[in-house]
Amino acid sequence: MKILVCISHVPDTTSKINFTDNNSAFDTTGVQYVINPYDEFALSRAMWFKEKQGATVTVITVGNATTEPTLRKCLAIGADDAIRINTEALDGFQVAKELAEVAKANAYDLILTGRESIDYNGAMVPGMLAALLDFNFINACVGVEIESGAVTASKEIDGGTETLATTLPAVIAGQKGLVEEKDLRIPNMRGIMMARKKPLAIVEPQTIEVATKAINFEKPAEKSACKLVDASNIDGLIDLLHNEAKVI
Amino acid sequence: MSVLVFAEASEGKFKKIAFEAVSYGKKVAEQLGVSLVALTINADNAAELAAYGAAKIIKVNNEVLKSFDAKITANIIQQVAEKEASQVVVIDSSSNGLYLAPLVAVNLNAGFASNVMAAPSSTTPFVVKRKAFSNKAFNNTEINTEVKVIGLAKNSFGIFENNTTASEEDFSPEIIASGVSSVGVNKASGKVTIADAEIVVSGGRGLKGPENWGLIEDLAEVLDAALACSKPVSDLGWRPHGEHVGQTGKPVASNLYIAIGISGAIQHVAGINASKVKVVINTDPEAPFFKVADYGIVGDAFEVVPELIEKLKAFKAQNS
Ligand SMILES: Cc1cc2nc3c(=O)[nH]c(=O)nc-3n(C[C@H](O)[C@H](O)[C@H](O)COP(=O)(O)OP(=O)(O)OC[C@H]3O[C@@H](n4cnc5c(N)ncnc54)[C@H](O)[C@@H]3O)c2cc1C
Ligand SMILES: Nc1ncnc2c1ncn2[C@@H]1O[C@H](COP(=O)(O)O)[C@@H](O)[C@H]1O
Repeated sequence: MKILVCISHVPDTTSKINFTDNNSAFDTTGVQYVINPYDEFALSRAMWFKEKQGATVTVITVGNATTEPTLRKCLAIGADDAIRINTEALDGFQVAKELAEVAKANAYDLILTGRESIDYNGAMVPGMLAALLDFNFINACVGVEIESGAVTASKEIDGGTETLATTLPAVIAGQKGLVEEKDLRIPNMRGIMMARKKPLAIVEPQTIEVATKAINFEKPAEKSACKLVDASNIDGLIDLLHNEAKVI
Repeated sequence: MSVLVFAEASEGKFKKIAFEAVSYGKKVAEQLGVSLVALTINADNAAELAAYGAAKIIKVNNEVLKSFDAKITANIIQQVAEKEASQVVVIDSSSNGLYLAPLVAVNLNAGFASNVMAAPSSTTPFVVKRKAFSNKAFNNTEINTEVKVIGLAKNSFGIFENNTTASEEDFSPEIIASGVSSVGVNKASGKVTIADAEIVVSGGRGLKGPENWGLIEDLAEVLDAALACSKPVSDLGWRPHGEHVGQTGKPVASNLYIAIGISGAIQHVAGINASKVKVVINTDPEAPFFKVADYGIVGDAFEVVPELIEKLKAFKAQNS
């Protein structure tokens, strides 16, 4: 089985969110970048398939040279090789088109992605990629098994889970549950040493007409301070929720 | 020319987000000076959509579509969008909406903006405001393609009545092959889900143990609220994983979120920030949740919550 894991390189959850250039660009000053948390579940599941069922695992990102440490980390975790498509995409459609081109050329059986990137929370790329490739697609996946090309997956739905059956080739966008949190892979010393020698190919982008672009950013208005209600004044809280906030 | 809204019915019934999507579509249609078309599949009472501004309601009724399939549904939306010459297609953020919207965008070769929270600030160029960075910022996005797909964030625009005389049309779409089939659904019946709830009551490690969850359950019952919890609570096995909310759990965008014994760590708040009004009950006045909450009580959950339940019961009895 040939597996491709799509990796999004994102600011760590605790990063300060600020903008520069007249609020047109994200301010990367002092920001720590990490593998998108959902993608870590995807990569860890890919490693499980590699070890238990035999598979090759390629990781791919669309991004500039600053994303390479993130790809090296994936190699240290155990991916066989990495691909970087050398462009800073302007939207998810562009990312999906770039990824689709490489995927077509390499005939992957399974493409694993995260449910969404924690930066723009777009939740666009996986579905678009599946549609562009005409692969079967499962979103919000919380568990996947594959036996000789037959895929059984469970996905989150509003209020529960649904079990779905499909076949390879497929795009599966997942989250916690693909593996349990305790089974997330982290690089060890040997992995880090080996990662240095593993191939990281740089692919030049195509020319893609951009469908959407971010013009500028805004921060939410400063929140007014929390209104404190004394613990002995529960009626006061109920009154505020009813008459002021109008939520009960 | 038209604006098309996919108004999803769940087991035949519309949820509030379907009405919100139609309300939003009406606004966009007015801005563009075109009419609003609503598409709905297997709805018991499709005519309800006229109350929110749909001028034409396209009804698909087909047994095969009883269980949701993203690819088939995306294809039906494409068929209708092409037939109705739709410039803008609006899809809500239910789990099904999130599943199918990117497919619709590819089918229509349309620019797609997800997490949209407001009507376009301009239509030429077409600019919408979106949530980004887990609600820590907004992003104004320009969509340049002829056809545009909008994923509407839940509880962001609101529901507006706009009584229209709507024409209704039955439509029998071509049904394509899917490739994915449903084997079974596991859903707790009768409970308010986090996705649908107006009010969510959430408990954290401050509640000390699963044996104390009766407090949270009772409060949720009076308020007809969904139950949620912080991540450590589900990791410790006190509550099922389906109740874990936050960055790595379910997102919450309710009208009211009540956090009890939850510190308000950044990863927790990232997932619940989209809720309109936030209330915190915590013994520690320094807990970070007080920085993001609208109302707060510094106090012991074991004293405050039982009294809150009693007082709310009395309030409900008076106000119903
Ligand atoms: C990558 C990553 C992702 C994460 N994702 C999530 C996520 O999705 N969701 C999530 O929730 N967390 C997430 N976390 C964990 C998060 O950082 C916090 O550890 C967690 O939210 C804390 O849970 P808590 O508030 O229940 O517990 P604590 O931090 O232990 O807080 C308990 C609170 O209860 C209060 N308290 C104690 N006794 C009482 C009492 N009698 N009455 C009232 N209050 C009382 C205390 O003052 C304290 O503020 C994530 C962490 C990481 C690193
Ligand atoms: N620039 C990128 N390069 C590679 N994969 C990406 C990129 N952006 C997003 N993805 C993948 O698509 C998933 C969903 O991202 P998004 O659509 O941006 O929310 C992520 O979890 C990644 O697996």
